[in-house]
Amino acid sequence: MHKSFTQTWKGAVLAALGLTLLGGASAQAQQINGAGATFPAPLYLKWFQEYKNATGVQVNYQAIGSGGGIKNITAHAVDFGASDAPMNAAEMAAAPGILHIPTVAGAVVVAYNIPGVGPGIHLTPTIIADIFLGKVTKWNDPQITRLSPGTKFPSTSIFPVHRSDGSGTTNIYTTYLSEVSSEWGGSDGPKSGKSVRWPNGLGGKGNAGVAQLIKQNEGGIGYIELSYAVTNVISYAAIRNAKGKFIYPSVDNTSDAAEGVTLPADFRKVITNTSAVNGYPITGFTFLLVYKNGTRPEVKKLLEWCLTTGQAGAAAQQYAPLPPSVKRRALAAVASMR
Amino acid sequence: MADRAPSVPLITAASPTAPSPAQSVSKSTPKPSSIPPASSLARFGDKIYGAVIFLASLSIFGIILWLFWQLTGASLPSIRHFGLSFVTGSEWDEVSSSYHVLPYIFGTLFSSAIALLLAVPVSIGAAIFLSELAPRWIRTPATFLIELLAAIPSVVYGLWGIFILIPFMKQFIVTPIVGSRLPHLPIIGELFKGQSAGYSMLAAGMILAIMVTPFITAVTRDILRAIPRSQREGSYALGATKWETISQVVIPYAKSGIIGAVILGLGRALGETMAVTMLIGNQPPNTPNGISLSVFQPGYTLASALANKFSEASPGLSTSALVEVGLVLFGVTIVVNGAARLLVFYTAKDVQGGK
Repeated sequence: MHKSFTQTWKGAVLAALGLTLLGGASAQAQQINGAGATFPAPLYLKWFQEYKNATGVQVNYQAIGSGGGIKNITAHAVDFGASDAPMNAAEMAAAPGILHIPTVAGAVVVAYNIPGVGPGIHLTPTIIADIFLGKVTKWNDPQITRLSPGTKFPSTSIFPVHRSDGSGTTNIYTTYLSEVSSEWGGSDGPKSGKSVRWPNGLGGKGNAGVAQLIKQNEGGIGYIELSYAVTNVISYAAIRNAKGKFIYPSVDNTSDAAEGVTLPADFRKVITNTSAVNGYPITGFTFLLVYKNGTRPEVKKLLEWCLTTGQAGAAAQQYAPLPPSVKRRALAAVASMR
Repeated sequence: MADRAPSVPLITAASPTAPSPAQSVSKSTPKPSSIPPASSLARFGDKIYGAVIFLASLSIFGIILWLFWQLTGASLPSIRHFGLSFVTGSEWDEVSSSYHVLPYIFGTLFSSAIALLLAVPVSIGAAIFLSELAPRWIRTPATFLIELLAAIPSVVYGLWGIFILIPFMKQFIVTPIVGSRLPHLPIIGELFKGQSAGYSMLAAGMILAIMVTPFITAVTRDILRAIPRSQREGSYALGATKWETISQVVIPYAKSGIIGAVILGLGRALGETMAVTMLIGNQPPNTPNGISLSVFQPGYTLASALANKFSEASPGLSTSALVEVGLVLFGVTIVVNGAARLLVFYTAKDVQGGK
């Protein structure tokens, strides 16, 4: 009696295992894995939720930073990577056959937490660079107060916040600072990249980490994607663009900045400091990284969905949909995948 | 060898198993000759068992050596490129491929030192209370609660630190001290210089102190309880008070064991990653060599640097430099633990009966 009970129990366990494996195997076929930038993560997560409702395909996205996305797709550990920083020559060499597919454009806002001060203070590129270089240390510095007459600034210290992990958002921001500040982009300065040598400040992990540090520290200032600032109700500044207008970032002026730009054939360019009259100067495209050959057909269908149906929902999440010319070329690139 | 009654004849080693008539008279005598010698099969089984256990214990040593071998192998490009300047230089710059970790080494050691400075008095005090002074009914619940602290995941400590400890620290510790005369005093003032956003060495040190307290307390309490009662009783018999007994008899007797307990806590503090990353600011202080004695300045530890930078390391010198950070952390842990073990060894020799 005892022996037959053990036998039946063993049989039941084996059967259950077998069924789970079968079920798991079929679920695998319907699952797509991606990893990368935190910059577009709020939008992607919303997209993938809608995609699952529409097609039943589950897309797992891990927001680990652009650097992590590039590293994972190079190692073929995921089906697609995501990065706001286009891969440089060394990274391209390590991942032959990789394609950059732009999905949306986003704005990197300069968010701050100044006690008693509301949103929309005016800042110029040189002031921002000086703040992050540590040359301007108090909020009531005359260089800042004279840009926003009518706003009373307290004597709080400025605490710059940056990214501690490898980030495409950092890449966009530091590319902009290198263009507008000769000290930043000079041989002794931090220059630009996914990870730079910040002179001071605190480091937070991911866009979410930086947003949290800004919110928690009085006097904090940092750079985050527009979506994070809006969701977390953090004030952000109007920046003077190349044409001299103070632009308060929004989806519309991000689109303006994205429109006038000519992208190269492989889309690898950071589009900061636009010359559009009403364009917001700190903008960038964000890319999905896939291999031209050998990517699963489900991924190709997902990309097509993102570039067509998905674009409609971008504005609601504070991202600018692709300009028509870029969208056409992106769809052509996806079509070329085998 | 049991005492045999004189009436029983002597038993020789070659006696057969069957009892002789005279022996059956006193059945209480042991009969060693009736136990059969181990068969060669059983002895062979013993040898196999011994070999397997030996291999198991050797494997631990082997894993450490293998780990060291792998770390060194993967960091060779960086070692060849930077040499000793890796640990003496201060600048970590991905853009210009220049990697140096002196601020990180300092951060690891400094935050662990702050943690021990805060934790050791509290832990030893708690252990003394639990083993010597507490009423019996409080000992078990209190021990249980302290050991529960060790079971809390470090990420939870980090979250608690961000939302509760740091605002508390900013309001009640940083702001009063920064506004007072303390930063202007000649030597002590160095410890308190600069404005602070809360995310600092002090915050990380405080959280580490809370995390290592249960380890030090538990081990110290066991050591104190293992001290023979005769020691304490002799001291009381000579007329010592409770405090004199504890401070002059109990603690010196347990000195080397307590140092061993502190080493255990130090080991945890050196390697702690998650909670420290969330609280320490992830930025070396803004001084020429990246080192600052101020506990209010942010910092960076070896473990935090690895955690933050590894997922984005590009292949080549960048990854190799990060693996070398791991190798340096490995080395720092070994050196600190080795020095502490030597300290235990030397203090144990001083005290009679010390462990």
